[in-house]
Amino acid sequence: MIRTIILAVENRPGALARITGLFSARGINIESLTVARTDDPTLSHMTIVVDLDDVALEKLLKLLDRLVDVVTVTAVDVRNAVERELLLLKVRHEPGQKLELLKEAEIFRARVVDVSPQSYVLELTGDEEKLEAFIRVFEKYGILELVRSGKVAMARG
Amino acid sequence: MRMKGTEIFVESLRREGVRVVFGHPGGAILPIYDRLYDAEIRHILMRHEQAAAHAADGYARASGRVGVAMATSGPGATNLVTGIASAFMDSVPMVIFTGQVPSTLIGTDAFQEADVVGITRPCTKHNYLVLRIEDLARTIREAFYLARTGRPGPVLVDLPKDTQLSECEFVYPEEVKLRGYRPVLDGDPEAIRQAAVAILEAKRPVIYAGGGVIASEGAAELRRLAEMACVPVATTLMGLGSFPTEHPLSLAMLGMHGSWYANMAINRCDLLIAIGVRFDDRVTGKIAAFAPEARKIHIDIDPVEINKNVRVDIPIVGDVRRVLSVLNAELEARLKEHWTEAWEAERQAWLEQITEWKRIYPFCYDFDERVIKPQWVIEEIARVTQGEAILTTDVGQHQMWAAQYYRFKHPRTWITSGGLGAMGFGLPAAIGAWFARPDRPIIAICGDGSFQMTMQELAVVAEHRLPLKIVIINNSYLGMVRQWQEIFYNGRYSASDLRVSPDYAKIAEAYGLRGYTVRRPGELAELFEQELLASEPILFDVHVAAEENVYPMVPPGAAITEMILGPVGSKRIADSKESIA
Repeated sequence: MIRTIILAVENRPGALARITGLFSARGINIESLTVARTDDPTLSHMTIVVDLDDVALEKLLKLLDRLVDVVTVTAVDVRNAVERELLLLKVRHEPGQKLELLKEAEIFRARVVDVSPQSYVLELTGDEEKLEAFIRVFEKYGILELVRSGKVAMARG
Repeated sequence: MRMKGTEIFVESLRREGVRVVFGHPGGAILPIYDRLYDAEIRHILMRHEQAAAHAADGYARASGRVGVAMATSGPGATNLVTGIASAFMDSVPMVIFTGQVPSTLIGTDAFQEADVVGITRPCTKHNYLVLRIEDLARTIREAFYLARTGRPGPVLVDLPKDTQLSECEFVYPEEVKLRGYRPVLDGDPEAIRQAAVAILEAKRPVIYAGGGVIASEGAAELRRLAEMACVPVATTLMGLGSFPTEHPLSLAMLGMHGSWYANMAINRCDLLIAIGVRFDDRVTGKIAAFAPEARKIHIDIDPVEINKNVRVDIPIVGDVRRVLSVLNAELEARLKEHWTEAWEAERQAWLEQITEWKRIYPFCYDFDERVIKPQWVIEEIARVTQGEAILTTDVGQHQMWAAQYYRFKHPRTWITSGGLGAMGFGLPAAIGAWFARPDRPIIAICGDGSFQMTMQELAVVAEHRLPLKIVIINNSYLGMVRQWQEIFYNGRYSASDLRVSPDYAKIAEAYGLRGYTVRRPGELAELFEQELLASEPILFDVHVAAEENVYPMVPPGAAITEMILGPVGSKRIADSKESIA
């Protein structure tokens, strides 16, 4: 099962390695990982997405919590957290398709952030389902390059 | 006051109460060694960094204080790793200092450079690279605090040479502020109440006690619990010494080479009280068949251990001694109302069953008048020392025989590499233990294979005239490897034969120590009586029956009652069939 874990971590060298070491030592692959400073410059916020069952998740959360650098750790899902991901998509625009392409981008509230004679770069934020739907729709134009930021999540309330 | 890094180092250690450190110098840590030259702190020069880490470990386990080891950068630091990993697996409080190349050279593949915080990250409780002199005092304060609190463990501090040499205003922080580190010490009162009720309602309870009892200084509370509630106690390898072996409620050790009766009791119990243990595979055997009929209480300071290998019914996170002391008070109050003659009779029936199991198959072997049996060597050590010595061991058959046949009386008298199983642990650990407890006889029980891994430390014994006794259980094999090859690999003794070995008594003599070679049972008893408690270092090279096996034995992956009994055990069980039925 795909899980989202959010952590508040001391903003120090080695903290990230210590955290990812727990995953790699157990052969758990990280699906996505984001880290950035928060309003408190001594704290980093981390969002990690992994594929794990309940038992393995419970063990992993306790191991993460045991690390001295980890201040808080929680597993969240869409019911109790807001989740967003950023997508950059470089797509080909053939002469006759431009209008339709831009209209479809508008439906998703994607923005054009770069224009070249052959392609646009579109920027989209949203949850996973929205991003997946967007990608499916734009496949027909010919995707030249696709980058996802990995999920960031924040507990609700 | 402004101080240099080396001054801050020595002053911080002094404030942490450090009296002795075990180490080996080298280029990147020379500034600190220069300061140690005329410092109050005593430095013991070990002959290999692995031994320095094991000595700090032995010191910590014998004393309950934080052990300190130090080494230089690169190879000095990598040589420490086995000792750090062993301390990590056995939750031993240690602080390790390593020199590092100057910060300007870090990452340039400089001479004797290694990424030591990277290498030790998975085998330390925490580690630090101190790049700013302003962080040094606080880091040392935190390192000692982390090492000894919560679930103890090794903490490493890596010190670049320029950090050691720079200066700053010295302030030793009073308090440690670590917002991500909050060990829970007091157990949940409701869970403790549930545990008390479960203990009183159980008909066949068993305590499974481990190293956590010793680490938390909880042996007295454990004994009170066992005696008050009439519950037999099996200990893990790490828990030996937490409960006296000769106590009527003792089941000795459980698990792979545990007693048959402990494993029978675990198999039949209806309540398992797990205290300061981690349900290690060498204890549980096949997990599904471990205490299959029992409700399970688990007391441990580390939440990670709860439900890690075995799902438990009543988890209690907290310091073992504190939890047991509340649990005992709760039990005492409840026992007044709960006690009836019928309750007492039920407990007695369970204890009688256990006594019967003990009668059928205690630890036993065939004594031989011509060749020394290794088990008998341990029994002789127990007899002469009256269980008052501190034993350290290497890893292998001799370690298991010592665990089975010594009569443990006190906590902190059994020092062995349990989790990691590091050969070569015994001699350096004994050296460390002596600096903690020079008042007790200290005996390193070594295997001839293991001894060769750290025997250079005889130089330290000689240098300080440490009155250690080294007993080599010499069977000219890597004995446990040979035993597994005999049982599981059709007797193909691949690379386990140590026929070409040195004369260990002569090696002792080469270091200016006395050494004896003992080959006949007749010599051994007399020699031990005369020399085992002597006030000078002596090595005993005891040649034992070469192909003796450790029994009983649970094959890997089997249930703990599916034991290989060996010839003596099999006969005893066969003879008893009638009485069991």
